[in-house]
Amino acid sequence: MTDLRTHAEEIQEQFSDQLDIDVDDVVERLETLVEDYQVPLNEARRSVVSNYLDEAGMERDQLGGGGGGNEHVQVAEVDEPEQWIDVTAKVTELWEPRSDSVGQVGLLGDESGTIKFTKWAKSDLAELEEGKVYDLGNVVTDEYEGRYSVKLNSTTTIEERDEDLEVGNDDVTVEGALVDIQSGSGLIKRCPEEDCTRVLQNGRCSEHGEGEGEFDLRIKGVLDDGDEVTEVIFDQDATEELTGITLDEAKEMAMDALDTEVVADEMSEGILGYYYRVTGPTFGRYVLVNDQERLTDAVDGEAALIRARSI
Amino acid sequence: MSGAPTREVARRVFADEFNDASYTFKESDDERAPVYVLLPTGERANRIFVVGTLTETEDVGEDSEYWQGRVVDPNGDTFFMYAGQYQPDAASMLRELEPPAYVSVVGKPRTYETDEGEVNVSLRPESISKVDEATRDRWVVETAERTTERIQRYEDDETNEYAEMAREEYDLPVENYRRTVVGALESLEEEQRDESEATV
Repeated sequence: MTDLRTHAEEIQEQFSDQLDIDVDDVVERLETLVEDYQVPLNEARRSVVSNYLDEAGMERDQLGGGGGGNEHVQVAEVDEPEQWIDVTAKVTELWEPRSDSVGQVGLLGDESGTIKFTKWAKSDLAELEEGKVYDLGNVVTDEYEGRYSVKLNSTTTIEERDEDLEVGNDDVTVEGALVDIQSGSGLIKRCPEEDCTRVLQNGRCSEHGEGEGEFDLRIKGVLDDGDEVTEVIFDQDATEELTGITLDEAKEMAMDALDTEVVADEMSEGILGYYYRVTGPTFGRYVLVNDQERLTDAVDGEAALIRARSI
Repeated sequence: MSGAPTREVARRVFADEFNDASYTFKESDDERAPVYVLLPTGERANRIFVVGTLTETEDVGEDSEYWQGRVVDPNGDTFFMYAGQYQPDAASMLRELEPPAYVSVVGKPRTYETDEGEVNVSLRPESISKVDEATRDRWVVETAERTTERIQRYEDDETNEYAEMAREEYDLPVENYRRTVVGALESLEEEQRDESEATV
């Protein structure tokens, strides 16, 4: 009965901080209840867990997971591996499993953000559908290189919810002085091929070769707060908002000067050296700017003064 | 260089401390390894960001243009910067700007030894741009905060290798720079008070 063994291992895991339980012992207890006494599995599990709770002198709600007393958490709050939790989340992406042992893999999202999930093939659970919202009971958190995920296992309960859910983003907010505007900023040309947005270098796309190209605006900048540097990208809309120069105006400038470089020079005037706060998702090492604000409000040095005087 | 993931942070430092940062070093033997100046409060700096008042510009070059700019912080201490043909953007800014003006400067620290054996510290600007007073004020508070943090790490953090280096290389008590911070913030406060009275 591999099924009983899986449950036994999970029970052992639940008590791993308090008791040194032998998995075989748990299997035996479950077997007795399920096979000899015809007790339903979930009831048997409950009974076995109660026994161990007595042994450990614990209350059921002190238990890490599995016992029905899981914490219902938002996915962005997951910050520890091996926690048994309940989540309500939407399947925002399904990926191709890379291994036969994985049944489904993808992203779950709720208001707080997204988290990777893995469903084991052997856990024999219902298929999750992209775009649907589920109550997922008894999933385990995991961590790999600082990134958290949740694993669906054979004890996980899946209930589809008849409602949609607004999935939050994992935006970051960065503040600092704009200390550099990098090359490739200003008026640029992108490859017109379908699904290719590469920036043309000297009129050439590295994939599709020589091409007419479509004009676009972009600023690749560096925000620096004296402790950390963050590279940020303003797309066309964000660049227009940042600089007050529209794509049409930029094209006109370049035409007058017979040079696209003048656009970046013109743009850096009035933004370089100023302080900004930007918010957006990260892409590689870049933050893609969705919201921006120039920090112009008067600063009060009082707190800094008190601190400097006190040391 | 810009765009590489290893881009150096631009440190915030008042002119008084910057001009004392005469000790330079590299972290590796590689010829192209970045050169750092050692800030007396115990931090390495390969780049700094300054916002202050440009008070004077002068072409000090003999054969070709070589522009000197003086940028003053709230304590009245001066950052010196030099831009020539290899810094065309910064040089043309210094040529065109009319002092006094608030400017922000991103640049690399440079040291040179005078005939008298003194080490002078200056800035080789990567960019100079005109900014407003609010940006200058923000820089003053930010620089005060960063400097205070360095002083605290200098005093409290025993694993701070650059503080260790500063103790070895300099005979400059960090108390000096605490006073620099207090002085800068006090004069900022005074300016702001005068302005609000003037608008009443």
